[in-house]
Amino acid sequence: MSTLTAAPITAPTIEYGELAPMLIIFGAAMIGVLVEAFTPRYLRKSIQMPITVLSMVGAFALTVWQGVRGVRSAAAMGAIAVDGPSLFIWGAILLLAIVSVLLINDDDHFVAEAAAVPGSAEEDQALSQGGAHTEIYPLVLFAVGGMMLFPAANDLLIMFVALEVMSLPLYLLCGLARRRRLLSQEAAMKYFLLGAFSSAFFLYGTALLYGFAGSVDLKAIATALSTVGGQDALLFIGAATLGVGLLFKIGAAPFQAWKPDVYQGSPTPITALMASGTLIAAFGALLRVFWVALGDLDAEWTPVLWGVAILTMVVGAVLAITQTDIKRMLAYSSIAHTGFLLTAVVATGKESQNANALSGILFYLLAYGFATVGAFAVVTMVRDPGGEAGHLSRWAGLGKRSPLLAGIFALFLLAFAGIPLTSGFFGKYAVFAAAVAGGAVQLVIVGVVTSAMAAFFYVRVIVLMFFSDPAPEGPTIAVPSMGTAAVVTLSAAATVVLGVFPQPVLDLAHTAAQSLFVR
Amino acid sequence: MIAMLAVPLLGAAVLVVFPGPARHPWYGAAVSGVTLVLALALAVRFDHTRAARPQFTVDVPWIPGLGLRFHLGIDGISLPLVVLTALLTFLCFVHLVRHRPEQGRIRALVIALLVLEVGMTGTFLALDLLLFFVFFEIVLVPMYFVIAVWGGAGRRAAAVKFILYTLLGSALLLLGLLLVWAHAGTLDMVRLAQAQGAGLSRAVQIIAFLAIGLGLAVKAPMWPLHTWLPAAHTEAPTVGSVLLAGVLLKMGTYGFARIAIPVLPEGAAALAPWLGAFAVAGIVYGSLACLAQRDLKRMIAYSSVGHMGFVLLGLATLTPVGMNAALFGNIAHGLITGLLFFVAGGIKERYGTTELPRLGTGMLARLPYLGSLLTFACVASLGLPGLAGFWGEMLALLGAFQPAAGLSRPLFLVFMAVGGVGTVLTAAYFLRMLSHLTHGRPPAGTIGGGSRGAALLDVSAYELAAWTPLVVLTVVLGLWPKALLSLTDPVVQAYLGTR
Repeated sequence: MSTLTAAPITAPTIEYGELAPMLIIFGAAMIGVLVEAFTPRYLRKSIQMPITVLSMVGAFALTVWQGVRGVRSAAAMGAIAVDGPSLFIWGAILLLAIVSVLLINDDDHFVAEAAAVPGSAEEDQALSQGGAHTEIYPLVLFAVGGMMLFPAANDLLIMFVALEVMSLPLYLLCGLARRRRLLSQEAAMKYFLLGAFSSAFFLYGTALLYGFAGSVDLKAIATALSTVGGQDALLFIGAATLGVGLLFKIGAAPFQAWKPDVYQGSPTPITALMASGTLIAAFGALLRVFWVALGDLDAEWTPVLWGVAILTMVVGAVLAITQTDIKRMLAYSSIAHTGFLLTAVVATGKESQNANALSGILFYLLAYGFATVGAFAVVTMVRDPGGEAGHLSRWAGLGKRSPLLAGIFALFLLAFAGIPLTSGFFGKYAVFAAAVAGGAVQLVIVGVVTSAMAAFFYVRVIVLMFFSDPAPEGPTIAVPSMGTAAVVTLSAAATVVLGVFPQPVLDLAHTAAQSLFVR
Repeated sequence: MIAMLAVPLLGAAVLVVFPGPARHPWYGAAVSGVTLVLALALAVRFDHTRAARPQFTVDVPWIPGLGLRFHLGIDGISLPLVVLTALLTFLCFVHLVRHRPEQGRIRALVIALLVLEVGMTGTFLALDLLLFFVFFEIVLVPMYFVIAVWGGAGRRAAAVKFILYTLLGSALLLLGLLLVWAHAGTLDMVRLAQAQGAGLSRAVQIIAFLAIGLGLAVKAPMWPLHTWLPAAHTEAPTVGSVLLAGVLLKMGTYGFARIAIPVLPEGAAALAPWLGAFAVAGIVYGSLACLAQRDLKRMIAYSSVGHMGFVLLGLATLTPVGMNAALFGNIAHGLITGLLFFVAGGIKERYGTTELPRLGTGMLARLPYLGSLLTFACVASLGLPGLAGFWGEMLALLGAFQPAAGLSRPLFLVFMAVGGVGTVLTAAYFLRMLSHLTHGRPPAGTIGGGSRGAALLDVSAYELAAWTPLVVLTVVLGLWPKALLSLTDPVVQAYLGTR
């Protein structure tokens, strides 16, 4: 007892300034919760929306400012790394989150009351009582905060906390789709169960690595790799289980099973947020763990990730061909893109090579994120009486009904397929070039072949939209609200600009990647 | 120089923004006419004494982060192709003024063709590997739409086949380019060609040549990767077929001459026998397939496989003679097959079919002009001396008679002999088709199962305007091949290091 009290406790130093973007988001989330508790129902939405958007814009501005100042440090006693890649990822996540929030705000995508059927008297009643779920906004803010903390965490425990902060709100949000309630609830349940499972893996890996290195700090683990001997079992099992947890989050095969179900069942704006933001965050965390903590163990994990990358690309591309639901198809395409990104993760080598690979990944993530959000925004606008027109056959002849919308969707699909003059081409080129330079030629062979296969099913949708005769009772095209129109326009513009003149963003990614991850 | 690309691109953009009145083909003809004038101006100002060096170069960084430079230039082997592209596109628009495809919106077709022209011209002008690839890919999308929207009955299957094959091909091409970049450290074609493969190990060269070669061979197309071609050619509208055969196929063989062989000489030397073998297989296969065709357009498509086999055989010899033959054959094939597809399109418009049995006999008696033009195009295509088709084939066989040092001479002699058989077969199927179609008595009263009666118009003024330049050029190049060879030869000599 006396020994415990004798030791003086030094208060940790926390660099509030550098963590400010994240703190703003979390702060706004707390305020959002308070708003839920203390303001009348009819006012909530008009308060929540500005809080959410303004806090994100503010956080983005702060991130940019820090980038300009050139902040590169491990803040909060080394637990959170505010370095080039973190700042780039924060910026990307915030931008995409703002866009997604416009989509979330837009329309009645969310259920008013769990048991209410859309268009029924119960729903009307729930709505007239102001039962719409405005807590969506704080939930999104918490999720975004988690997304920001996840890739910046320099310590496995913080990373675990971030993982949970990011995932728990998303589990909830998945279940809130207004239409097709059962599918939505099923998605939420699946996501929750599998996500919890993967979190357990992650935590188990953390514990084992702690047993190995005596610390959860990434840098300390990296140092322990060369100093600690005779604990290989702990190290390998720990690294493997940690890897499972992370690979689950990015949706790499064989841990991809949740993605199609969850993407399909969730409210589409939430799908857009997950497909862009979560993927970016999870890739950041994956890179940090494998490159920083386990960087000297690359001889062991590289072959495994090779296998995972190949499997992911093949599974994503092959299964996407057989899909008949547009959202499931986009989910499998997201799996294939995860595989393309993984080719650069294993392309490690000298420092300049690593920087190149990292900048390629960062650029790809941003380009893909914008195209994805845009594509899902278009999905929200093509409606059947019972909700979004998910089945691909319903999209037949869309080009004749609404040439503009179909044209923009075709643009996003071409970007996914990596046709030049869209953002996807340079992203893919940057990643594959890094992989070839890093000696992963065989991976790139698989990559180009699967991307040609993937191009097939994107083209198939274009064919369907433009060359098939429209179904007689075809879906209606919802008149887009300001928000949705803005999202679509912005994403299309980003896709074209990044495809024709990507240099500024590439420079940014390059500068961000130059310093690599702070240790 | 940049105007060559900017004019059609701006033309297309203007048409996207302002739909304008209904005279879109005239508009397209005007835009592509300006482009053609620009191309001819380039050809006139081109310094023929220094044909080996890229001239009128433009070299500005585009995306330094990826090492992509906007590097354009024109030399002896790209100049003829650029002019050919501009000419054929212009003629297509002239043809389109009067002879519109049956379905689809004409404005979109004009836009697609203009974008296509940007991609094709850019491919031939690019001096940066990645830029080459970008233009190479840009061509795919509008061509796909041209086939899929304005094509014949089986257009969707044909379009899907086309895009699948070529996407897979470009994927391999990209892989090869990445390999070259990773090992040579530059994407500049001029520097890479001057280096003659220095800095690239033999193994890397072979793998890269395999990847790039396969990517280009799909486009060329080389037997057995040709199966997309008959479907695409048959189903595409007339202007699509003309550009496919006249220009798009050349992008593959041009890539061999420009990239694969000069940049990767050791890889080329190692794989040339294979290339030659597939080339002669293509020659024989193409001609045999032609003998079995019952459809005119399909037959011309298969004849392209055979002709491109000659071009590839010329390339495979790795000699100046063979390379020159290949480049000459490229242009000649572009002119002649372009003409053939125009004529076949004209026949289809009049008879409503291109199936040989239903076309009946006696076209010369019924439609004398059309019949004679068809005859002219066919004899030019089968390589009659004095016309353009002759020199490409003859020189390719000559090249195979004396292949480059290091290649097995007996093997290439065999190739030459087989190729020679191929020329005979080519003559055989064209003559058989002609004897069936143009000679003989016209069937009394009806044509081709003929509900249309006898009121068939012979060649229209627009058609004549579109076809005459091709006929003239075919004769000129046949009588005076040196005009073209003196352009290509310096570049070829420089690439092969024989000067």
